Amino acid sequence: MKADIRVALVGNPNTGKSTLFNVLTGLNQKIGNFPGVTVDKKTGFCQLPDGRTAEIIDLPGTYSIYPKSQDESIVFSVLADKSKGMIPDLIVVILDASNLKRNLLLYTQIADMKIPVVVALNMIDVSEKAGIIINVDLFAKKLGVPVVSISARKVKGIDQLKTTIAYANKIALQQDTIDVEPIAPQLIARIQEELNIANPYFALQLAHQHETLKFLSPAESDRIEESEKEFSFHSQKAQATETIARYNFINDLLYDTVKKPETAQAETLSNKIDKILTHKIFGFIIFFAILIFIFQAIFSWSSYPMDLISDLFVRLQSTATKVLPAGPLASLLIDGIIAGLSGVLVFIPQIAILFALISILEDTGYMSRVTFMMDKVMRKVGLNGKSVVPLIGGFACAVPSIMSTRNIENWKDRMITIMVTPLVACSARLPVYTLLIALVVPNRNVWWIFNLQGLALTAMYLLSIVSAVIVAFVMKFILKARERGYFIMELPVYRMPRWKNVAFTMYDRSKTFVFQAGKVIIAVSIILWVLKSYGPGDRFAKIDQQYSQSQYTKTMTPDSLTKVVASEKLENSYAGVFGHVIEPAIKPLGFDWKIGIALISSFAAREVFVGTMATIYSVEGDADKLQSVQEKMHDAKNPDTGKPVFTLAVAFSLMMFYAFAMQCASTVAVVYRETKDWRWPAAQFAYMTALAYTASIIVYNLLK
Amino acid sequence: MKLSQLEIGETGIVKEFTDLEMSVKLMEMGCLPGEEVRISRIAPLGDPIAIHVSGYQLSLRRFEASTIILQ
Repeated sequence: MKADIRVALVGNPNTGKSTLFNVLTGLNQKIGNFPGVTVDKKTGFCQLPDGRTAEIIDLPGTYSIYPKSQDESIVFSVLADKSKGMIPDLIVVILDASNLKRNLLLYTQIADMKIPVVVALNMIDVSEKAGIIINVDLFAKKLGVPVVSISARKVKGIDQLKTTIAYANKIALQQDTIDVEPIAPQLIARIQEELNIANPYFALQLAHQHETLKFLSPAESDRIEESEKEFSFHSQKAQATETIARYNFINDLLYDTVKKPETAQAETLSNKIDKILTHKIFGFIIFFAILIFIFQAIFSWSSYPMDLISDLFVRLQSTATKVLPAGPLASLLIDGIIAGLSGVLVFIPQIAILFALISILEDTGYMSRVTFMMDKVMRKVGLNGKSVVPLIGGFACAVPSIMSTRNIENWKDRMITIMVTPLVACSARLPVYTLLIALVVPNRNVWWIFNLQGLALTAMYLLSIVSAVIVAFVMKFILKARERGYFIMELPVYRMPRWKNVAFTMYDRSKTFVFQAGKVIIAVSIILWVLKSYGPGDRFAKIDQQYSQSQYTKTMTPDSLTKVVASEKLENSYAGVFGHVIEPAIKPLGFDWKIGIALISSFAAREVFVGTMATIYSVEGDADKLQSVQEKMHDAKNPDTGKPVFTLAVAFSLMMFYAFAMQCASTVAVVYRETKDWRWPAAQFAYMTALAYTASIIVYNLLK
Repeated sequence: MKLSQLEIGETGIVKEFTDLEMSVKLMEMGCLPGEEVRISRIAPLGDPIAIHVSGYQLSLRRFEASTIILQ
């Protein structure tokens, strides 16, 4: 779709910016990346009343044009970078009408960039209820820009906003907010002259941000640095002067245009809720109750749709087997691609439920209270209150959780959070644990209500959190801090979740998971299929020859003959040969070459384990697939000793390995993407593998 | 007096800051000289605290609050 004008949405966090974006664009939106950085760029299209189409860009929420995090730095780059042609024709600044003072700081900064601006006064209904009276006409006149009162949640005033966007001026007509030049007169003049910039505030911003801006050449940046030294420019002092001047302007503006109720307001509902949710004792009880509820939901609500999905794939496989002519191509499709696909899609219900619940917690404002309550504890172990969100998200999937660490401003806190998040028991480990626990832990109750298998699973989850905390604590002493950490954060007013937003997040995250993890899993399935379908030299031909001799064909049923041939072939395939090669290394952990194949293939994605076990123990694709993998593994005997392969020691050693090892190519990729340095994922891979090996050895030898 | 010395429910007016870097971040968030602040709650473990300032609720650590001098 081609757009006639480009409109950027700018505003503080928690002002309803994304709600407005959704209302303006409908589901007609896509998520991409800003060039050169890994910040999500949400764009969509909106039909204007005059028949033109506007491209709407949702810029990351920020309190100020001075960035505190990577996401926030995008706002200035987009407004300033002439080379990429991203500069919007019009900016819609969203202000929370019930909290105008702080919201207006960003407006005054944006306005001084001299790009045409329209103000959307959001949550006008909330502010009216609170008795705040805004003289909108005078407000608009004083700013010199169109101001539209809207309620994005209740979809009020949206048509008027669209009309205003359509008929907005093409040149910036807003009043100057503050006198910029006196902040650094000579420096601003110098930069304006040398870089040929008309706008003094733009020049001042270049002075502040030149080190991180990508569109300045190194020579230009060095030149600015020299001028700063010459005129002894102090960035923080200049910013302090500017901020005070801006708030003076804002206070004058609000004095004339806004009337607040004189009498003290009755205690707000939000405050009453806070009294309970951040209570000394109830606060933690409620938090843990919510966590338990989330786990229950993930495991119990998802079981029905998950069964449905896996049944569907089993049926698909059996239909494909019947319809397609037997041969390598059919085998690749059925045992490689379809098997791999089902391994991905079966996780959708769990991921969707987890993301829906997390987005409800974030949307209501509860997540920032968790951050508030947990900060002291988290700081002790080298993390940050804000690390709680990625760590909880890690129970679903490390990939989006690591992406969500971007709002941790402190570099060291963020790195430690990234390094330990993959230790949290993600949903991909769940099938591995379920399978192995069912194999060796008796299904009976202890102490009346506790199921032994359930307890074992809970223990694995607790272990993951404990190990993440310990590793974080160790890293606190290894990593050097780059800057001082701080925790200055808004506690937004509690709001009802926006259900459409929840549904969209659910859909969007599941889609990302399927495409991100799906690519890897399918690739691995295909590679694995090739490795186990072909062998070096003429080994396969020899096996076929051997078993076509009459001594076998006459004494064995065709069914068991096929199985014997298949397992002989597996042992002689590339995968089997490889498994034998690594066997000496994993023998101390209690693993044989077959488990070795599963381990190696799981380094791409843990989910592959069950599928690999299924193929290695040559299971026919019938309905009760998981059950039969379990039975096969239960019956598996060590050919030398004749004892079962999967003893308690082996199963738990294997679970330890899966608990600690970095067996996820998608996570490695996302850690690289977020840190922009391959040494981080490399270090992470190394420490996790070492932990896994050590933990497995210890557990195996203790239980043996 | 420092902001960190107030109890829940007590108010004060910001006079100045002892830490330039912190002051820039606090002022951006609407916590600046002349502004009235009220301690609205304290986290269950005693740190951080939440203050009411400029019409909304802001949370900050005790150390950060100790850089804010009240009138």
